[in-house]
Formats: sequence, structure tokens, C-alpha cells
Amino acid sequence: MKIIAEMGEYAMLMFQAFKRPDKGRVFRRQLMMDFQDLGANSIGIVAIISVFTGAIIAMQTAYNMDNPLLSLKLVGFSTRQMMILEFSPTIISLILAGKVGSSIASEIGTMRVTEQIDALKVMGINPANYLILPKITASVIYNPLLIIFSMFLGIGGGWLACIVTGLVPSSVYIEGIQSWYDPFTITYALIKTVVFAFIISSISGFKGYTVSGGSVEVGRNSTQAVVYSSILIIIFDLILTQLLLV
Amino acid sequence: MIEVKNISKSFGGQQVLNGIETTFEKGKTNLIIGQSGSGKTVLMKCCIGLFDIDEGEINFDGRGFSGLGEKKKKDIRKEMGVLFQGGALFDSFNVEENVMFPLNMFTKMSLEEKRERVNDVLNRVNLPNAHKKLPSELSGGMIKRVAIARAISLRPQYLFCDEPNSGLDPKTAEVIDELISNLTEQFNMTTVINTHDMNSVLQIGQKISYLYKGNLWWEGSNTEIMHTDNEELNDFVFSTELTRRLKVKR
Repeated sequence: MKIIAEMGEYAMLMFQAFKRPDKGRVFRRQLMMDFQDLGANSIGIVAIISVFTGAIIAMQTAYNMDNPLLSLKLVGFSTRQMMILEFSPTIISLILAGKVGSSIASEIGTMRVTEQIDALKVMGINPANYLILPKITASVIYNPLLIIFSMFLGIGGGWLACIVTGLVPSSVYIEGIQSWYDPFTITYALIKTVVFAFIISSISGFKGYTVSGGSVEVGRNSTQAVVYSSILIIIFDLILTQLLLV
Repeated sequence: MIEVKNISKSFGGQQVLNGIETTFEKGKTNLIIGQSGSGKTVLMKCCIGLFDIDEGEINFDGRGFSGLGEKKKKDIRKEMGVLFQGGALFDSFNVEENVMFPLNMFTKMSLEEKRERVNDVLNRVNLPNAHKKLPSELSGGMIKRVAIARAISLRPQYLFCDEPNSGLDPKTAEVIDELISNLTEQFNMTTVINTHDMNSVLQIGQKISYLYKGNLWWEGSNTEIMHTDNEELNDFVFSTELTRRLKVKR
């Protein structure tokens, strides 16, 4: 029953959040701040994780290919496919659920317990729209860019690993990443990313907005935001894969 | 003038306000006093529309507020200024941006006009050089003053203050009281203050409403409160040695 009540509350909050902003100029300003906070500030962690993930995939694939009948260019091919299909959109989104999700929930939750949301409301401003919509918009626009960036870095990381370890010649790896390419895999990855970005920002916004109590509850709701977002990302990963690929 | 007509409010079956009927007068500082849990914060939150009332009516200068939808409430809310207990300043904005926020949202003033208004209200609260400071760099008294500046930046007709003196030393509390009282007079606002600070009651309580267990128990001025024979009110107001001595002296 509690889950159904929460789903109802979430739907009502989203209905409030997706209303037309009171002032376009103020909305754009908030959006720019959120691009910076939620997007640009995540570039570093995305870059580090993508390069290392790509490198590890390439090395593990090469290590497991001891059959002389298998071409070494499969290392490049596998790295590309894994990065595009799963690691960049899903794993990076899970990492962003931790970083961005907890940041959104704790920021909005603190505003709730310090009466800043009440202050917005009594000023006649729709707080859900003012606080949550720019964050959802920023995430939905910026996350696909981060994921494309992650794909390039991951594939590049694999190439670096091959050169440094000497497991696969550079030309063979590059030939591998150019083989059997299906552009739809990028579309599939970006569709997933947009859905995951919406899940992260809206669930975290909801958990922050509905905090009641003090700092303990802010921490608890931030944790819940990350857990709920992560579980929903995995569930929707399965659903979207079934719908789009299988 | 704000008319509160027979309002009741309960939470989960527990009656918090019981048929409250009073008037908050224009140009006066109207104080709501009472023990913790007496319902004064709930009454104020009902007045500003943060809680929906179960029964009754709240009118702002004859305009019904309680039954209105969010869109229509918004028009009356633009005429309200609210000072929250902790100030409720926006952490990511500096003082100037906090005070300018309502002007950005609800006026078509030019940047120059907005800056002029911000300077004016910051001067009124004696913070002429705090524009670029962040809320985290301000003392408790300064936060309250910035919050007052933000609350009056749109020249409201109604000012609500929730425990404006909580957490402040007596001297700073007196400054805040005087500030609110002066602004009420200057702008001819209907000011409603929720407090349990007896200094405020005696200093600026032009009209005092005493709540006891969710009921309106007594109403009068700061002069009348010194001579009341209401037992519960006397127990509350003269509960400290200092106030008891004060009463005997008078």
C-alpha cells in the first residue's frame, strides 16, 4: 500500500513539476546552473571510469581468447559493443545515480527542512516546477552527451591498454572497432540514457521534496533516492533491451 | 485586515485548532502567543496557506483565501511577506540575490530599479553593505534582517513572522522587534507575529491573541495583559521570576 501511495505522490509531483515555468528567464538561469552542477561537474568521474573500464574489457577479452581460430580483432569489436550497449549507458548511469541523485535529493531535502520550499510556496512560486524541472531537463539533455563522451573514452581506453600491454596490435584493434557496426546500437544506448536520466533526476527530486523531519531524514531519503534509482535503472534496462534489441 | 472566522484544523484525528475566531488589524503588530503545542504555528501556516483548514474561513481585506485554488491564492500570496523561523534564505544565492528574488519573479522592473529597491530595503534593515555575502557568512540576527528585507521587497500588505526572535540574544531580539514594528507603521501593513518571547509581547504587542490547547483563550493589548485575571494566561506570561516581579512592580 505504501508503494502505491508513493507512486501516486510521485505522479502528482511530476504533474506539478511539468507545468509551464513562472518566468522563462529564471528557468533558463536555473537550467544553466544545473548543467554545471549535474553535468559538467560529472565529466571527471565519467572520464576516469570510462577509460579504465574500456581498458579492462579489452584486456579481459584478450586474456580469454586463447583459441587461435578466433581473430584478435574481436577484442576491439567486443570492447566497442560492450561500451556502447551496456557499460556507458547503464554503468555510467548507475554511477551518476550515486553522484547526481544523492546531490539532488540532499539539496532539495535540505531546502525542505530549512523551510526554503515553504518560502517559495508562500511567495506564490510552484516549488516543484522551480526546483525539479530544471534538474530533469539538465539531466535529460546532458547525460546523453556524457554517455557519448564515455563511449569514446572507453574504446580509447581499450586501445591504450592494447598498446601498453602489447596484447593486441593497434591496427588489429582499430580494425576490430570498425567491424560489424550497427548504428542502431547508438540509438538504443541513447534511448536508454534518456530514460535513465529521467529516472535519476525525477526520483531523486521526489525523495528530496518529500523529506519531513531533519538532517537524519535528509540522509535517509538521499540514500533511498540512490537505491530506488539504481533498481529502476536495472529494471528499465531489461525492459528496454527486450523492447528494442530482442 | 485579516479575518479568521471559526477555523478548525486537525491532524490524524487530533484537534489542533478549535473554532478560532479573531481579527488581525491593519497597521498594527498582532501577536499570537501560547505554549509550545498550543497551535500558534498551525494557525499561522493556515493563514499563509501552507495548511488547508478543515472548517471556517480566512479573509484578506474581505477577499476569501481559504477556499481558493492555487492560481487565485497566488494573487493574494504576492501581497504577503513571510519571515520564517530560520530565515529560509536560499543558500546558493547571496544577500542581494535573495532580496531580489521576489522582484525577479513577480515584477517587470529594470535591473537598475531592482537594485534601487534592494538597496532601499537593505538600508531599512541596517545592512547597507552585505549585498555580496552568502547566508553561511551571516550571523543569526543578520539572517533574520535579510529575511525581513526579502519579505518586504515587494511592499507587501501582510507580514507574517514566525518566532522572529528565536535563537537571538535579548539585545538583537529587541532590534528585530523594533524593526518589525517600525516597518509595520511605515508601510501600514497587517503584521502577524507568532512568538513566545515575553519581551516582544510587552514591547510591541498592540494586539495579542493567546492560544490555549487549540482554543483562542484571551485577546487584548500589552497594557491589558499586565492586569488580566485570566488564570491560564497569567500562568503562561508570568511563569518566570522576572515577569512575576515585573507584574508586582506595576
